[in-house]
Amino acid sequence: MISLAGRDIMHSWGKFVFTGMGLGLLIGITLSMAGIYRGMVDDAKVLLDNSGADLWVVQKDTLGPYAESSSIYEDIWRGIRGLPGVERAANITYLTMQVGKQDGDVRAMVTGVTPGEPGTPGWPPYLVAGRQITRSHYEAVADIASGFKLGDRIQIRRNHYTVVGLTRRMVSSNGDPMVFIPLKDAQEAQFLKDNDAIREQRRRTAENPAFNRPGVPDLLDAIIASQSTNLYVNAVLVRVEPGHAPEEIAELISRWKRLTVYTRSQMEEILIGKLIATSARQIFMFLVILAIVSSAIVAFIIYTLTLGKIREIAVLKLIGTKNRTIVGLIMQQSIALGLIGFVVGKISATLLMAPLFPKYVLLQPLDSVMGFIAVVIICGLSSIIAIRAALRVDPAEAIGG
Amino acid sequence: MTAKGILIQGLKKRYGSGDTAVDALKTVDMRVAPGEVVGLIGPSGSGKSTLLKCLGAVIEPTAGKMILGDDIIYDDGWKVKDLRALRRDRIGFVFQAPYLIPFLDVTDNVALLPMLAGMPNTEARKRAIELFKALDVEHRAKAMPSQLSGGEQQRVAIARGLVNHPPVILADEPTAPLDSDRALAVIRILNDMAKKFETAIIVVTHDEKIIPTFKRIYHIRDGVTYEEEGEGRDFE
Repeated sequence: MISLAGRDIMHSWGKFVFTGMGLGLLIGITLSMAGIYRGMVDDAKVLLDNSGADLWVVQKDTLGPYAESSSIYEDIWRGIRGLPGVERAANITYLTMQVGKQDGDVRAMVTGVTPGEPGTPGWPPYLVAGRQITRSHYEAVADIASGFKLGDRIQIRRNHYTVVGLTRRMVSSNGDPMVFIPLKDAQEAQFLKDNDAIREQRRRTAENPAFNRPGVPDLLDAIIASQSTNLYVNAVLVRVEPGHAPEEIAELISRWKRLTVYTRSQMEEILIGKLIATSARQIFMFLVILAIVSSAIVAFIIYTLTLGKIREIAVLKLIGTKNRTIVGLIMQQSIALGLIGFVVGKISATLLMAPLFPKYVLLQPLDSVMGFIAVVIICGLSSIIAIRAALRVDPAEAIGG
Repeated sequence: MTAKGILIQGLKKRYGSGDTAVDALKTVDMRVAPGEVVGLIGPSGSGKSTLLKCLGAVIEPTAGKMILGDDIIYDDGWKVKDLRALRRDRIGFVFQAPYLIPFLDVTDNVALLPMLAGMPNTEARKRAIELFKALDVEHRAKAMPSQLSGGEQQRVAIARGLVNHPPVILADEPTAPLDSDRALAVIRILNDMAKKFETAIIVVTHDEKIIPTFKRIYHIRDGVTYEEEGEGRDFE
């Protein structure tokens, strides 16, 4: 038996291919939306992986340092380092901001890392060009996605930095590229006020009789000095010695230091379950809307194509064609349209949307397989209206009168 | 009366019921022998189409009897379970317009019927080609329907009606869109094929050009048929 659907498609291939391409762009957007969600999850995991930490010590009762702000004293790391089972501990600051360059600015997550050597928690684990930060001030290592190049001069708050190294795939959970600078500079960038604000604060302090006592002349200087000192970091990253359970160390730190400590899995839950949850819901809604729109388009196209063949269907029924052959004709065409659409969609998502989209788009084979199954199911269901119309055709319509 | 061909006795068809009932066919009696071509003529609303649909097993008559070949197919109720198979295997249709399937080539348009009946594709196509030879459209076997002239399309449609060697062919105004020469050519072909395949052919027509060619004519008026001798004029 010949394939009626195949013959019809070959006969009007232009109509099918162009319709399939239109549908394909829609499917491409759908696959890209799924890829954007996967990319966000991957960004979050990469952020955790690249930090090189097993534990995140943050301000008590906060979800810091990524999902909420967290501020802890900078010397806490020493006490943590001394606990049994802790291999390394390092301060870290994170600040998402616009990083200036001569020809504009880039949104980046400025990360203050403890001076030390590669391998210190928080340091970029590898570079693609240049070197790591070796000076205590005014050097930076930037993710290549920032667009910065070696030797570029970039501005963070009031200071300028020279890009001495480039790294890759070091991004925040929002996908912003990371720029690493020395911790002290990062603390200044985050906590130090501008000169006018400092002067105003000093004036107010000096005018306060409680602080400016004639009988205690050094008190005012001491208070002003304490106001100008940056004693805070956002978190302490901890690496646990092999053979120790991170959960036990976390329990130890939170009990003795009265801070909140998150393990890797808890931090991943915070990032994926809370920080990007709203975005994930938005993307899911877009996926649902796109699926409905795709279904409506396929249903409309197949219904229109079927209505254009009513007389032929009547003739086919009159000459004894079985209903299942007619159902097969319509359903196969619908699925063929979906297949053309899927191929075009997959190609457009891979070659056009993923490279050009301003966020990381991670297209996973499993998503493609699920997308393919969804397309086949949607096309099959979308053909039901056309099938109903075809089955209602009276073979008598082929006979005049 | 021979046992072959088609025999219709007291066929009735009523639409609706009660006060709104309409008797489209009141009493239809017809017999068409194998190899015979008869005309069915009547004004608009006389019941021609209803009769054709009943004969084609598309709608169910209300009462009467229909015998196709040796088999009673209707006797105050269908005696055949699978009407679809009956239409496919035992009744040929030729329509006013050819209604060829536009996405199948000429050969597959004709071979589709035996394929639907389960015949292997190669054999079905061979049978179609044999018919094309008889109908002089063999050279158009690979063409698509849109590439054929009106007369060629109608000949292919006749081939489709004949391909399963049905005992009866119902032709609904087969010459309506054709000029005189082509219309007569189609009737000549139908006569030739009727003889060649021992098929009974009923031609519903208004076409004054072809009416004189029938040897027997059934007139239908207000749902009642009347038999009449035709002129049986020579086509040449």
